[in-house]
Amino acid sequence: MLGYTLRRLAGAVPTLFILLTLAFVMMRAAPGGPFDGDRELPPQVRANLEAKYHLDEPLYVQYGRYLWDVARFDFGPSFQYRDVSVNDLIASGFPVSATLGAASLAFALILGVPLGMAAALRQNGAIDYTAMTAAMLGISIPNFVLAPLMILVFAVYNDWLPAGGLGGPQHYVMPVIALGTAMMAYVARLARASMIEVMRSNHVRTARAKGLSAARVVWVHALPAALTPIVSFLGPAAAGIITGSVVIETIFGIPGLGQFFVSGALNRDYTLVMGVVLFYGILIVGFNLLVDLLYGWLDPRVAYR
Amino acid sequence: MNARAETLERAVRGRSLWRDALVRLRANRAAIASLAVLGVIVAACVAGPWFSPHDHFTQDYGAIWVEPGLADAHWFGTDGLGRDLFVRALEGGRMSLLIGLVATLVSLVIGVVYGATAGYLGGRVDGVMMRIVDILYAMPFLFFVILLMVFFGRNILLIFVAIGAINWLDMARIVRGQTLALKGQPFIEAARMAGAPAPAIIARHIVPNLLGVVAVYITLTIPQVILFESFLSFLGLGVAEPATSWGALIKDGADEMGRAPWLLVVPAVLLAATLFCFNFIGDGLRDALDPKDR
Repeated sequence: MLGYTLRRLAGAVPTLFILLTLAFVMMRAAPGGPFDGDRELPPQVRANLEAKYHLDEPLYVQYGRYLWDVARFDFGPSFQYRDVSVNDLIASGFPVSATLGAASLAFALILGVPLGMAAALRQNGAIDYTAMTAAMLGISIPNFVLAPLMILVFAVYNDWLPAGGLGGPQHYVMPVIALGTAMMAYVARLARASMIEVMRSNHVRTARAKGLSAARVVWVHALPAALTPIVSFLGPAAAGIITGSVVIETIFGIPGLGQFFVSGALNRDYTLVMGVVLFYGILIVGFNLLVDLLYGWLDPRVAYR
Repeated sequence: MNARAETLERAVRGRSLWRDALVRLRANRAAIASLAVLGVIVAACVAGPWFSPHDHFTQDYGAIWVEPGLADAHWFGTDGLGRDLFVRALEGGRMSLLIGLVATLVSLVIGVVYGATAGYLGGRVDGVMMRIVDILYAMPFLFFVILLMVFFGRNILLIFVAIGAINWLDMARIVRGQTLALKGQPFIEAARMAGAPAPAIIARHIVPNLLGVVAVYITLTIPQVILFESFLSFLGLGVAEPATSWGALIKDGADEMGRAPWLLVVPAVLLAATLFCFNFIGDGLRDALDPKDR
C-alpha cells in the first residue's frame, strides 16, 4: 500500500507539471498585463515595476524561475495586493474555503445517505417517489439560482439570516445549503441505487435467514457495503465543491480562495491565479488519492496495483 | 403475399433493442411528462418571441419595472431599462438551448472518435490515449475556461469550443469501455476476416452499436452544458449584450431581486424546469436501454 501511494504521487507530478505549464502559457498569451491600470504609468515607473517582478526577462527565464520557486512551494508575490505573497493569500483564504467545503460535504452526506436509504427500503413506494423527485429538483436547481432566492427569502423579506460576509455560524447556513444541495441529491440517488443492489445480495439474505432484526440487517450488514460507491463519488464531489465555491463565495462575499481566483483573473494577477489553480490541482489530486485508499480499506476486494 | 407468409414474416421480424426501449420508455410516466414539458418550452423559445409585439433589446423608458401582467403585452414584466422580460426569457432560452446542443455535439464527435479508436486499437496506443485522458481529468478546467473568457473576450464560438473540449472526456471513457466489449464479438471478427480496414470497422460496425449509450449521454450532457454556460454567464463571462441567455438573465435578476423579484424568478424557473426535464428523460432512456438496473 505504501508502494501504491508513492507510485500514485509520482504519477501526479507530470499532471501538475502540465497544469502549471498550461496556466503559465495562458496567462502570458493573454492580452493586457498587471500594470495596465486606468491611468498610464510613467515609463520609468513601469520599467522599475517590471524589473522588480522580473517581467522584463525573456519568457523562458521567467518560466524557469517560476518552476524553481514552485518546486520550493513559493508561489511568489501577488501583483494585485502589493507587499502580500500568494502564499499568504492562500493561507488566509484556504481555511475559509475549507470550512465551507467540509460543512457542505457533511451536509450532503448526513442528509443524502438516509434519504437514499429510506427510498431504497421502500422502493417504488410513496417515500421513494417523493425523495427521488426531490433529489432531481436538487440536481436541477443550480447553486447560483438557489443562493439569490434564499437571500431574497431569508435575508431581504425576512431578517432571519445575514445576506453575506463572514462572522458566526449563522453566516455559513445559506452558503452551505446552496453549495451542498446538489451534492446531497447526487448522494441520495447513489445511496438508493447501491442500497437496492445490496439488499438483494446473498450476504443480506443470509443475515435475514439467520433471524436478525430488520434494523440490524440494514445498519450493520447492508449499509457498509452500500457506502462504497458513495466513497468513490467523493473525489468528483470535492472537485464540484471547489468549482461551486467560486460562485458561492462571490455571491455571499466570503473571502475564500474562489473569490481570490475571480478577482485575480479580472486583474491579471498572474501569480495569484497560477498559485490558486495549482493549489486546486494539488488538492484534487490529493483528495482522489485519499478516496482511492479509503475505498480499498472499505472493500478488501480492491487490489492495489 | 398469402396469409401464412405474412404471419411468418411478423414472427421473424422480432423485437429490436430500440423497439423494446421505446415500449419501456412509454411506460415511464415521469419521462413522458418531462418530454411534453420540454417540448412546450422548446416550442415557446423557438416561436414565442413572434407572438409578442416587443423585442428583446429595445429599451422603453416609459415602461420600466413593469410588474408581470396583461398591461401593454408585458406578460412577464420589464426590467430597469424597460425591456420586455417575456421576449428576453425566450430569447435567452434560444441561446441556452443552442449552446447546449452545439457544445454537446462537439464533445460527442471528439469523444466517440477518440474513445472508439483507443478501444479498438487497444494495446500501447490505448494505454497512451487513456493516460492523456486521465491527466486531462485532473485539470481544473473550469478555471481555464474562466481565464479564456476573461482574456480573449466573450465570444460565443469560444464558449462552444471550450465547453465541448471539456466534456468529451467522459464520452471517450464510456465509448472506449463499450468498444472493448464489442471488439471481441464475432461480427467484428467477421468484418476483419473480410479485409475491412480499421477505420471502416470503427465507423460502420462499432459506432452504430454505441448509439444506445450515446443517446443516454446526449440527454444527460445537454443539461450539464446549459448549466455550465449559465454559470459562466452568471459570473459575467458568458454571452455578451445584446444577446442574452438564462444565466445572464438570472445574474441581472439577482442584482435587482429586492426591487423586481420576477426578473430572477422567471429565468430561474425556466432554467430549472429545462434541466429537470432533461435529467428525467436521460434517466428514463437509461432505464429503457439498460433494463438491468430496474
